[in-house]
Amino acid sequence: MTTGPTPANNTARGAVTGTDGVKRGMAEMLKGGVIMDVVTPQQAAIAEEAGAVAVMALERVPADIRSQGGVARMSDPDMIERIVESVSIPVMAKARIGHFVEAQVLQSVGVDYIDESEVLTPADEANHIDKWPFTVPFVCGATNLGEALRRISEGAAMIRSKGEAGTGNVVEATRHMRRIRAEMRQLSVLESDELYAAAKEHRVPVELVREVAETGKLPVVLFTAGGIATPADAAMMRRLGAEGVFVGSGIFKSGDPARRAEAIVKATTFYDDPDVVAKVSRGLGEAMVGINVEDLPEGQHYAQRGW
Amino acid sequence: MHRRVGWIRDNGGVTTTRPVIGVLALQGGVAEHLAALERGGAVPRPVRRPEELAGVHGLVLPGGESTTMTRLLDGFELFEPVRRRLAAGMPAYGSCAGMVLLGSRVLDDHRGRGGADSATPAVGVRPLAALDVVVRRNAFGRQADSFEADLDVEGIDGGPVHAVFIRAPLVEKVGSDVQVLATVEPVGQGPAEPGGREPHRPDPDGAPAEASVGTIVAVRQGPVLATAFHPELVGGDERVHRQFVQMVRAC
Repeated sequence: MTTGPTPANNTARGAVTGTDGVKRGMAEMLKGGVIMDVVTPQQAAIAEEAGAVAVMALERVPADIRSQGGVARMSDPDMIERIVESVSIPVMAKARIGHFVEAQVLQSVGVDYIDESEVLTPADEANHIDKWPFTVPFVCGATNLGEALRRISEGAAMIRSKGEAGTGNVVEATRHMRRIRAEMRQLSVLESDELYAAAKEHRVPVELVREVAETGKLPVVLFTAGGIATPADAAMMRRLGAEGVFVGSGIFKSGDPARRAEAIVKATTFYDDPDVVAKVSRGLGEAMVGINVEDLPEGQHYAQRGW
Repeated sequence: MHRRVGWIRDNGGVTTTRPVIGVLALQGGVAEHLAALERGGAVPRPVRRPEELAGVHGLVLPGGESTTMTRLLDGFELFEPVRRRLAAGMPAYGSCAGMVLLGSRVLDDHRGRGGADSATPAVGVRPLAALDVVVRRNAFGRQADSFEADLDVEGIDGGPVHAVFIRAPLVEKVGSDVQVLATVEPVGQGPAEPGGREPHRPDPDGAPAEASVGTIVAVRQGPVLATAFHPELVGGDERVHRQFVQMVRAC
């Protein structure tokens, strides 16, 4: 898998790669940060310079996938590799839901994280990718707690809310974040013998339900995604419990991407300080135009993809 | 001495004190360090502003992205205050990206920018120069190369530390005052000898190090400690944090 030189022997002293610890730990290191969609090495460099913790390498941002239509697939490995070579921050890439071969290709190309994403056209209507056998970690979308825990039981090492990507409208992300958090709170007040029924209701293993009930949080990092377009959007999502944010079309579909990117990074760190959010929100130029979620045609609600 | 606030006493205790230790809370694995410091005998505080920095006896720089943290240190006028406190002897502990930031020179391991042997300074990171070391970012490779291993660390008693390396850096060269606390073995050599490596590798001309010596993963120089791995991710073992709390107490 190594594409770069490896000065130290990773088998030293019983060393193991691809563990839960390094997969989930990698997401811990992204916390408090912003992950930005980019389509060119130039955009990746702008994102890195603005303070992104990672970039998502894509051929088309979700807003363009919506407007151009057609089947959306994994990006060209050449294009992903050019972005990998242009930045030192981690590079993520998207595979279609259930498309385990696309995921194997992305692992082979050397991406740092795979997003099994509803933004692409699903490849399997029943099964998500079995993520455990992979060395590279996966992030998956969720609209509610059951969906999040099902993805974790399949091996996801990070969860993000789905939101409604490519709309510049944060309403769906808000709904998903509030729902996931509310359902976790509900578990925490249940009696131990009530957790079996809760597990059945959420359609997930009781062990995961018990863990959430005891700790009050997901066993992996929780980010938000879908429709975040402004520094205030990012700050609100953090107030709602997101440990970091994905910004898709919101940056490079706006008037001044470099400034907006940096402003969203700053607002994500100082999400609880309205003075900072106000300061960085000034003079950013035009935000992406946006689409009202209720205006989306049937079949174009990405959040409904995945099961 | 930069003790701007009094030591906080344990509940009713008269003999033990809990130093106030900050965790740079701009981005990254902040919560885990706060929890480990609490268990390790300190009063932890997140630090995002100069006035919060002024109230701590020591500072932890967590793992995360060093470019992001540099950008935010600069953007919120925290870089100079942190650098000045470090120069004045404030104890500090950096894990992973924190180690990168504490170094004096940072090199990239980057295919597009010259690879593992390049002496190209890393782009986008401004080191705080609290440790006389040259650090190479992402030195073990990409995320697929991230690994866990058991590691003997000098000064940490009670058996090996379980070390989680995530896109980890390594220390490529150390100054004469820097103590090497742990190494991982280079390719084709025998078992690691923690602390056994000759720590003095003067580097007057700043030339890149020999490939065979790039395996130092924990160092200490006076009140400054750094690890390429993440002890904060291993629940139930806060020996490294306890050690740092002791260093802060001793200062």
